[in-house]
Amino acid sequence: MTYLGIILTYVFVSNLVLSQFLGLCPFIGVSKNTESAVGMGFAVTFVMSLATLITWALQRFVLVPLNIVFLQTVTFILVIASLVQLVEMAVRKYSPPLYQALGIYLPLITTNCGVLGIALISVNADYGPMESFLAGLSAGIGFLLALLLMSGIRERLDTEKVPKHLKGAPIAFISGGLMALAFMAFDKALLSNIIGG
Amino acid sequence: MKDIFKGLLRENPIFVLALGLCPSLAVSTTVNNALGMSAATFLVLMGSNIVISLLRKQIPDDIHIPAYIVVIATFVTLVDMTMQAYFPALSESLGIFIPLIVVNCIILGRAEAFASKNSVGASVIDAVAMGLGFAVGLTSIALVREVFGAGTITLYPDGGVLRIPGLADSPALVFAFPAGALIVVGFLQAFYRWLGEVTQK
Repeated sequence: MTYLGIILTYVFVSNLVLSQFLGLCPFIGVSKNTESAVGMGFAVTFVMSLATLITWALQRFVLVPLNIVFLQTVTFILVIASLVQLVEMAVRKYSPPLYQALGIYLPLITTNCGVLGIALISVNADYGPMESFLAGLSAGIGFLLALLLMSGIRERLDTEKVPKHLKGAPIAFISGGLMALAFMAFDKALLSNIIGG
Repeated sequence: MKDIFKGLLRENPIFVLALGLCPSLAVSTTVNNALGMSAATFLVLMGSNIVISLLRKQIPDDIHIPAYIVVIATFVTLVDMTMQAYFPALSESLGIFIPLIVVNCIILGRAEAFASKNSVGASVIDAVAMGLGFAVGLTSIALVREVFGAGTITLYPDGGVLRIPGLADSPALVFAFPAGALIVVGFLQAFYRWLGEVTQK
């Protein structure tokens, strides 16, 4: 697939949250206001781009040559956990303002299934290094986009009258569902029209 | 006994605690997949709860999260390999959602909130309760989605498919899509809240 194809696929067509069900917990949990949604979105994008690149290298140069692909799940999740830790330390040391903005979201990313998800997806798709990195980056942007849209909707919902039992998470899920419905317009046919594949 | 049923209603992991949503929603298109996913999650939850409870005094506090993740990932790998060997069709249709059980928050959540503080016996009961609640939650999502979205109920893939007359010929396809899943979860969650309130009185 071309680079443009990969970007469009993971931002719109196979949007992590709205069509693959990955990263739903932060999608519901951190979408209460726009500010934290943006913070979380950027932190996730950053970690995803790095994680897909590193897991690609691990798969290619360590797991496959040593014939220990069955350890994939264990190694990938450890890599992601330590990557998150490293990123947190680096950001804290070199860019205190950025740390102020992203700090509290960083530890949460380890358990964001989107990160492990996109790493596994790119390994399964046999992407090269550049393609893996782009897949991670665009999956992150797709996540940011979904989170941002959702937070906008939820800020409005705060002032609306919602039936008692639907308040909070349930109405968020239903709004998310309607949003996913809109995202169905971005399908494979549209993609092949754009990139001519 | 009361502890076992807490997972069904009052502390239902999916609807009340909102844990373990990500890998579960994607596989809730058929009842068969939901049951397979529930079984896999249950096995991992049981294994990790037992081991973490056994090691709760040995694992240092500073590194407890990475330690838990390694334990969980090991069980996930075991379940993954077992499924590939004995249930290749199911393993195929669940795809990357089997390895993704590692980051299913329900497992790490129970390790952190329960198994790390309680005895092995209590942790086993907790795993049964949560596993049961997860299975009931996931299967009810799948049941709604499959009945309306495909007009069938798949108990097992070959020959175990019940067709619902009328719906099977013209199903409401939206329930089979991701959008339908999110909407179904929203309404079921509200239903559970209402049920919780009614039964409390």
